[in-house]
Amino acid sequence: MRLSYPTNIRIIKVPCTGRVAIIHLLKAFEKGADGVFVAGCLEGDCHYQSGNLRAKKRVAYARRLLASIGVDPERLAMYNLSAGMGPRFAEIAREMTAKIRELGPFLQPSGRTAAPQATAA
Amino acid sequence: MKETITPSRLEKILAAGHWAVTSECGPPRDGRPEIIEKKADLIGDYVDAINVTDNQTAVVRQCSLAACIRIKLKGLEPVLQMVTRDRNRIALQSDLLGAASYGIHNVLCLTGDHQRFGDHASSTNVFDMDSTRLIQTVKMMRDDGRLLSGHEMHEGRPQMFIGAAENPFADPFEIRVMRLAKKVKAGAQFIQTQCIYNMPKFKLWMKLLRDEGLHEKVAILAGLTPMKNVGMAKYMKNRVPGIDVPDDIIKRLAGVPKEKQADEGIQICLEQIEELKQEEGIRGFHVMAIEWEEKVPEIVERAGLYPRPSVN
Amino acid sequence: MIMAKAKPLEEILSYLEGFQRILVLGCNGCVAVCEAGGLKEAEVLASALRIQNMQAGDRRDIQELSLTRQCDKEYLAELKDKMDNYDAVVSLACGAGVQFMAEMYTEKPIFPGVDTCFIGVTEEQGVWTERCQACGQCILAETGGICPIMRCAKRMMNGPCGGSEKGKCEISVLVGRDVDCGWHLIFERLKKLGQIGRFAEPALDKDWTLSRDGGPRLIIREDVRP
Repeated sequence: MRLSYPTNIRIIKVPCTGRVAIIHLLKAFEKGADGVFVAGCLEGDCHYQSGNLRAKKRVAYARRLLASIGVDPERLAMYNLSAGMGPRFAEIAREMTAKIRELGPFLQPSGRTAAPQATAA
Repeated sequence: MKETITPSRLEKILAAGHWAVTSECGPPRDGRPEIIEKKADLIGDYVDAINVTDNQTAVVRQCSLAACIRIKLKGLEPVLQMVTRDRNRIALQSDLLGAASYGIHNVLCLTGDHQRFGDHASSTNVFDMDSTRLIQTVKMMRDDGRLLSGHEMHEGRPQMFIGAAENPFADPFEIRVMRLAKKVKAGAQFIQTQCIYNMPKFKLWMKLLRDEGLHEKVAILAGLTPMKNVGMAKYMKNRVPGIDVPDDIIKRLAGVPKEKQADEGIQICLEQIEELKQEEGIRGFHVMAIEWEEKVPEIVERAGLYPRPSVN
Repeated sequence: MIMAKAKPLEEILSYLEGFQRILVLGCNGCVAVCEAGGLKEAEVLASALRIQNMQAGDRRDIQELSLTRQCDKEYLAELKDKMDNYDAVVSLACGAGVQFMAEMYTEKPIFPGVDTCFIGVTEEQGVWTERCQACGQCILAETGGICPIMRCAKRMMNGPCGGSEKGKCEISVLVGRDVDCGWHLIFERLKKLGQIGRFAEPALDKDWTLSRDGGPRLIIREDVRP
């Protein structure tokens, strides 16, 4: 499959979204990402039983953290899809990119282009 | 007539073998002097002693001691309720001495509702001691003439008839008689029970305490609160901790039209009194008509407990 | 262990107004176990503060570190050469650690990053419950190994009170969760141990001089002093 998705996404591969800690999500923003999404397996389909469910809770926590420092929590999201759902991945990537473009750059004066970052498992 | 050890009128009534009748007045949430006096006037002739609640349900009200003094100055007999929630052993003993100076001769020793129930939920509590230890403290002040510090009082010992509360409906049930025994051992002379609705359970509790011979050591005054309506019954059942309202009471109240429910509540209360008069060990009645003091005379009269006997 | 809970970020931010060089200082002791103030939490807090800082367009320098403990001078001393680099410290240690830091580094404002809650245990990952109020005179031998000072909301010594229902404390309705009646637990335990007789005697007054009411407490052990 040759699917196109926005080129400004940087994928960071992890063995399971259960490996994604809150600090990883925050670091992405610190390093300049304007948005971050975690792409985990479908709920109930985690190879390690509950890694994606843990990630879900951490994403929720990090969103609250972002909100408390004045960052729109919409800049961070979690999606669930299986390895066989390539078109869905491309669709999510486009969706997320569009949303982040709408929100604008995370650092107001810099004028950099929106660059969502994906963490995929 | 049994021997009495204090000038308490309540103690004399009980010693003479009469049914005792007590009621309670809640002081107002402001500084008006006339509220407690009006309430006392309303019921004074119909009861042997008037309990004054001590910031009940942890809501700030005029202080129990001040209200008791007012009642005393009117020539009536107050029961000073004291909770250990708000005062440490210094303040509790100090207030007992103050009460003694005004000739207040009855005290009801309580631990008190938790402050989170009240209007100052974020306040701290004291609980330097609990009700049982307060009973012991009063007894020590009266009989040994000593404060907890060991300080000896050569004169002016508080002459208190000592009371305590007990809730036969709280859990674990099997501890309730043991706990009563402990309070009696500490020095309690009379008990005012939590309001009774579950009669079979109450009678079981009475039987267990008779088995321990406690009815001969302490006067049990049965607590009664007439229901104003079915809403109150449901509220008591569901929202007030430690109150056991059986479904048949609720059904009975719900079975009559709204405007008749208050009468039905009084009727239930009167039937309870009749039934409890037959129960060995019951020595009197504590009628807690919550913000309904005007009904106390009617209840006392219709229960055949009026006029109150005079004792010296 | 001593259990703590992270303070709201908004509160921490309010302390830090006007400070340029900030150290977020974790403690790898108790607060790391309850996931409130260890290295991991220090990293997250520092990162969040940096993001906030970037967004606000400030040029603050925010760094993080974590010490083995903040309740021992030898570990605090590890910061001696570094403290000149900071204008303020957010300590994620318990109240004892925050104060010990402030005593050693008297020139620097040390702000608390957590609310110190209680001495407790880990029920399961993410759930911690209180067990001890450090009253200074343990009575657990008398009460079947369950503490009435801590478990009873009225710290009754002759309990349970009249508000105990089906094994639950009367405050349950107020706090919105089931709170066990401490005395119900004690009673059941004494029964199991065949020690119900312990309940019969009224308890004497508790000596609060050994608790906070005696002023700050101190233990001196001559045999182990250098």
